[in-house]
Amino acid sequence: MYVIVVGGGRVGYYLTRALLDEGHEVLLLEISGPIAQTLSEDLGSICVRGDGCESTTLASVGTNRADMLIAVTGDDEDNLVSCQVAKHMFGVRRTVGRIRNPKNETIFKKLGIDVIINTTNLILESIEEEVPTHTLIRLHDIRDRGLEIVEVKIPPGAPTIGKSVKELSLPEGSVLSLVIRKARRPIVPSGATILQAEDQVIAVTAHESEEALRTALSGQ
Amino acid sequence: MGCGRVGARLASLLEQDGHSVTIIDIDSYSFRRLAPDFQGTPLVGNGIDEDVLRSAGIEEAGAFVALTQGDNRNIMASQIAKHIFDVPRAVCRIYDPLRRDMYEELGLEAVSPTTVFAQILREKLESQGE
Repeated sequence: MYVIVVGGGRVGYYLTRALLDEGHEVLLLEISGPIAQTLSEDLGSICVRGDGCESTTLASVGTNRADMLIAVTGDDEDNLVSCQVAKHMFGVRRTVGRIRNPKNETIFKKLGIDVIINTTNLILESIEEEVPTHTLIRLHDIRDRGLEIVEVKIPPGAPTIGKSVKELSLPEGSVLSLVIRKARRPIVPSGATILQAEDQVIAVTAHESEEALRTALSGQ
Repeated sequence: MGCGRVGARLASLLEQDGHSVTIIDIDSYSFRRLAPDFQGTPLVGNGIDEDVLRSAGIEEAGAFVALTQGDNRNIMASQIAKHIFDVPRAVCRIYDPLRRDMYEELGLEAVSPTTVFAQILREKLESQGE
């Protein structure tokens, strides 16, 4: 696959190396002369100095035959324009744009950026997972269906401990898929499964039912 | 959006024509460029932030103009105005002529000072001595 990476910061650099390791043809565009120079010493001729939002630059690196363009500069507006130019002027099928301001997800989606990497939210979610008081963790987002897979920990002292699954008032459309219990094999819960303290419940839910599911399971 | 020389001047001109004007800039120091008798609202903030645009009253705006130094910032702000807030007219400055042509096709009203100014200079030079 021919992949163009726009932005030679840390993300762009390590991404380029990872894609090369996987055997892809990669080209890295970096606008700053000194940074492009340093990167070229390491990566060789696949690093080119240029503005990834400028159609002349994109034309010179063969963007019309690129399978994918990934814009990971530090500025959301530059990533947006780079993806739009790739799509509309060069017909690149898949564009990936990084955003740092979570508010920008809406406009990126509306303007047809295929994959949006929300780095701020990714960092926040990783930190939240490490905060012990946080009872719900998002494991996977099934974007096109509006669903997500989450993990809910049953905290000690929760009013739901000792209750069976069928006694819980789960929000409509939420399904409990798996219960992981300390030192036991994971079990697929039935209506009769009794919740215990420290159970890790893996569930599928609609985005909007996330809070209701958390409340139904942890009782708080 | 953008209180540079062009932004400040345009704000005053529009106001003289009887329009109600709010001007956004990321740096309050830029508002020194506004005419002393400017009656409109200067607002400090980032014009590509939806919340800032909302507090500037974009939901009631008849037109939005993006005039910062950054082409991409202008493009993004105008697209937010057009596609999220349905502002009837979104006009933006794009220095890069190729980018201007593309966004004009995508429905923005874009002006490239590069093209316009080069044309003016050419006419001026070629008309010398006539």
